[in-house]
Amino acid sequence: MKEKLQKIRERAIAEIENSEGLEKLGEVRNAILGKKGELTAVLKGMKDVPAEDRPKVGQWVNETREAIEQILVKQTKKLEEEALRLRYEAEKIDVTMPAVKPAKGNLHPITQVRNQLTDIFASMGFEIYEGTEIETDYYNFTALNTPQDHPARDMQDTFYLSPEYLLRTQTSAGQIHVMEAKKPPIKIISPGKVFRSDDDATHSPMFTQMEGLVVDKGITLCDLKGMLDEFVKKIFGKTVTTRLRPSYFPFTEPSVEVDVSCFQCGGKGCKLCKGTGWIEVLGAGVVNNKVLEGCNIDTNEYSGFAFGIGIERIAMLKYGINNIKHLFESDLRVLNQIDD
Amino acid sequence: MLAPLSWLKEYVDIDVTPKELEEKLFSCGFEVEELIEVGKDISGVVVGLVKECESIPETHLSLCQVDAGAHGTFQICCGADNVCEGKKFPVALVGATVYATAKDHVTIEGVMTIKKGKLRGYESHGMLCSGTELGLNEDLYPGAGYNGLLVLPDDAPVGADVKPILGLDEWIFDIAITANRPDCQSIYGIAREVAAVLNKPCKALALDYTQTDVKKEGFIVNVEAQDLCPRYIAHYVYDVKIEQSPAWMRRRLALVGIGSISNVVDITNYILKELGQPMHAFDDSFLKGNAINVRRANDGEKIVTLDEKEFELTNSNLVICDGERPVALAGIMGGLNSEILDTTTEVMFEAAKFMRDNIRKSSRALGQASDSSAMYAKGVYEYTTVIAMKRALHLIEELGCGKVSATHVEVSTGNSVEPKEMKVSIAKVNGVLGIEVPNEEIERILTSLNFAPVINGDELTIQIPAYREDMDSYPDVAEEVIRMYGYDHVIPTFMPTAEVTLGGLNLKQKSELKIKHALCAAGVYEGIHYSFFSPSDLDLLRLPEDAPERHAIKLINPINIDLSLMRTTLVPQMLHAIARNQKKGILEGRIFELGNKFIPKELPLTEYPDERETLCVGVFGQNESFYTLKGLAEVVAKALGVTFTYEAAEKTFLHPYQTAEVFCEGARVGYLGKLSYEIADELDMRTQAFVMELDIRVLSQWYGKAQVFQPLPKFAEEKRDFAFVVDKGITCAQIEDGIKEACKYVTDVQLFDVYEGIQLGPNKKSMAFSVVFTPAEEEFNSELVEGFVKKILKNLERKLQITLRS
Repeated sequence: MKEKLQKIRERAIAEIENSEGLEKLGEVRNAILGKKGELTAVLKGMKDVPAEDRPKVGQWVNETREAIEQILVKQTKKLEEEALRLRYEAEKIDVTMPAVKPAKGNLHPITQVRNQLTDIFASMGFEIYEGTEIETDYYNFTALNTPQDHPARDMQDTFYLSPEYLLRTQTSAGQIHVMEAKKPPIKIISPGKVFRSDDDATHSPMFTQMEGLVVDKGITLCDLKGMLDEFVKKIFGKTVTTRLRPSYFPFTEPSVEVDVSCFQCGGKGCKLCKGTGWIEVLGAGVVNNKVLEGCNIDTNEYSGFAFGIGIERIAMLKYGINNIKHLFESDLRVLNQIDD
Repeated sequence: MLAPLSWLKEYVDIDVTPKELEEKLFSCGFEVEELIEVGKDISGVVVGLVKECESIPETHLSLCQVDAGAHGTFQICCGADNVCEGKKFPVALVGATVYATAKDHVTIEGVMTIKKGKLRGYESHGMLCSGTELGLNEDLYPGAGYNGLLVLPDDAPVGADVKPILGLDEWIFDIAITANRPDCQSIYGIAREVAAVLNKPCKALALDYTQTDVKKEGFIVNVEAQDLCPRYIAHYVYDVKIEQSPAWMRRRLALVGIGSISNVVDITNYILKELGQPMHAFDDSFLKGNAINVRRANDGEKIVTLDEKEFELTNSNLVICDGERPVALAGIMGGLNSEILDTTTEVMFEAAKFMRDNIRKSSRALGQASDSSAMYAKGVYEYTTVIAMKRALHLIEELGCGKVSATHVEVSTGNSVEPKEMKVSIAKVNGVLGIEVPNEEIERILTSLNFAPVINGDELTIQIPAYREDMDSYPDVAEEVIRMYGYDHVIPTFMPTAEVTLGGLNLKQKSELKIKHALCAAGVYEGIHYSFFSPSDLDLLRLPEDAPERHAIKLINPINIDLSLMRTTLVPQMLHAIARNQKKGILEGRIFELGNKFIPKELPLTEYPDERETLCVGVFGQNESFYTLKGLAEVVAKALGVTFTYEAAEKTFLHPYQTAEVFCEGARVGYLGKLSYEIADELDMRTQAFVMELDIRVLSQWYGKAQVFQPLPKFAEEKRDFAFVVDKGITCAQIEDGIKEACKYVTDVQLFDVYEGIQLGPNKKSMAFSVVFTPAEEEFNSELVEGFVKKILKNLERKLQITLRS
């Protein structure tokens, strides 16, 4: 009996060790340990073994079984490892092949800049007022101290829709609506589309402006400068400074042009700043008393400042976009470039 | 506005370099757009004395020995006919730069550098120059117009640089003048500012003249249209001799771009440039009826202007008439019938203020413009009319070209041309600025600007000159002070006295941004298109004549017809954008625009139109379909927390069977569909396109919908799949509804397969749905779910004759 078991054991181990693949190993296992397996048959034949031999034979059978199972486990592990290795190998890829592009879109560069500006000003306590694209002559001009005969009307070529209605030429038109509706303190920005009858390489008949207005007690030119300094640092970088120089807008007095130190060359002079070290970015000023008075705001108590920023100009400067027309043509090769 | 340095120097002792002056003007509000160096291209040209001159046989050339002083003596071959021994000419030494001229010796073709050369075997070390080669003409330097060498004065020092001698060391400032300072549209106006910024006096204009006793008896000026002409001054000059103007005047006019005509005409142009006052000179012998009448033209009245153009006038044009007929188009151009001729002996000078708006409108309407009309459009002050007439009469006398009569007629509506007193509080002036400008600085600055300030405590009294009509109240004073004191004195502060405000985006702004971000995340790029479009865009969409989209607001003065209507739909521009991309070879993409369309209540506009926020999404490419675009509609719905439903619909520009209207809780919010083949062909599209338009205004009622958490189900959900065979005409929505209404525990129905095949039979299709049942009160058992399934099948069979696929 012992010899028989020894034979089973030897053959089983040989078969197990020679079996290639987990499937084959399963078959081998069944042939020995399965219901109809060889060793199982020996166990079933235990009833024919004399009673006094049974413990001994039983022990032999168990030893044989344990030995076989040990080898089985070992071989299973080995084959599993092998199978995994093969699976990995089969899945080898060329990591230099192109990426699968995820669905991606982005906001228009103008919207991106607009959002950056509104975020900056919102954090300074400004609300966002969106006026209408179609305005009346009164809100666009007259209430902004630009009566019919005023020389400043020549500065802008206006699209008229009727003798009274026009396409706003400046987001400043929103100032008056806000001041009529609300008493100081007022801190608003008003971004939106504006229109001028200009259409050439550097002008688009529609573009985007953002007007800012602060009216409160004791507001001065110094406050304008302080806020603009803060703003340009946030939008162009910490080292950028501002320079005010005299200008003229009918609705502010004094009026200033605001230049920023060139953020490309740091003020040394380069192509972007045309060698001057400064870039003109916006117009501003102390709100003209006539404008405040027209809105029934007491100029003995309140004063204010206003500023107007060309959003395309900022976007073009910031991202180096070389043609304003690109911004309104929805060319996907343009739209997919800037994601700031 | 061009201002030559030499002309400014007549009035101010300028002791800074042109570059320094440019910077000073810039800092006080006068941006020099270009600082022009007149002789920039000329270098290395000196006074040369021709010591010997022999003609070279069988040529037109002369061989000269030219003494260039310290530079040496050079042999130069010269082809000019006026070269001769003993005369002085400009000599361009080897290495010098001068203008190269064409064969005609007049047209400048660029700058050339003089090199050693050999002509007909003779070495030539330099070049004797003509006026043209030095950039000069007869007006800029007498004799420079001669087609030969420019002859220099006998006393010119040999070897000296010719530039100062010929006025080529001149600088011209091209200055941008802001609209509030028409007084600075003139040399003298700029000179006043230069004097102020340099802290120097500005010399007074020479205005004196001798008036004779001669009178033009009975002459009258009648200003009928006083509203358009608040001041008209006429002065009669006789014994006039029409000649060439003196060299200095011709040169100055040439430097500012005006060609010389004759002394009298040049005087009017000189005044225009020097003082900013347009003037006119009539040949008095042509004025009939001994009168000037300023009136509105009669409708249909005609005039021929100096440039021989005829205009038919209307009642809105202002004309200057003699006793019988129009002799000038007021402020724009004189009439040919009273032109100054070589034979003129009597002149009637005009200096007037016409209303800027009238001149501007007439000039535009008639398409006739001049330096005069441009100046009137910028604004002319009455004060200047008075000064200008005096200055013109002074120049008549100075040039000796006529005698000043005693006939001076001035008609005015009575506006003062004297300085106006204004009192302001210094505290208020400083209050605008936010800094304390020392009183002595305020006094110094206002004195330099001729405001004659007197400070008494907080009270500042100034005398505003009549040429400063822009000065109105204390902020104007603040501006004058700070622009001269320097903006670098402004110290940044951060609204220390202001109240703290909260700020931020409102719900509408946040929601619109949310929609935009959601679309971006779904692979859509934002585009922005013009608010106006073309009438042809409405035709493109095949919209019927009575379509509401055709009720669009028209621009009165569009740039062109394609930008002449306020858009009533965002679709056409989206289609053009898609077509443009395809033309560039981009054959797939997704674009959205969130912008306004404009719906008028009435045309022409009598009230603000409805500016309706609208979302337009366009997708194109082989991988897109009605359903991918519908997916983007769902993205919008999800962003707003609402549910959209869809019904088949028709649009004139969309596929008849791939178009749906979109509803949100019963409200129509828009539509989507596949672009029709006709329009795709018309736009030369190379791949299919789909477009959607959603009314964001309607959707805005759901902005800010509270986000509520749904607790996870307590009991396990059950899921069953069904495959039905149905008639082709039955819609997915009908089946979904049939499933949902049959059992209240159905929480989700998803179509997961559609199949059509011959074995199903004609006009049949197979649709497979996955249905989720969610228990509410207690766990389901399989019998319960079987009961639900039976109910559903029964309902579908009864309503839609649908059976399970076997």
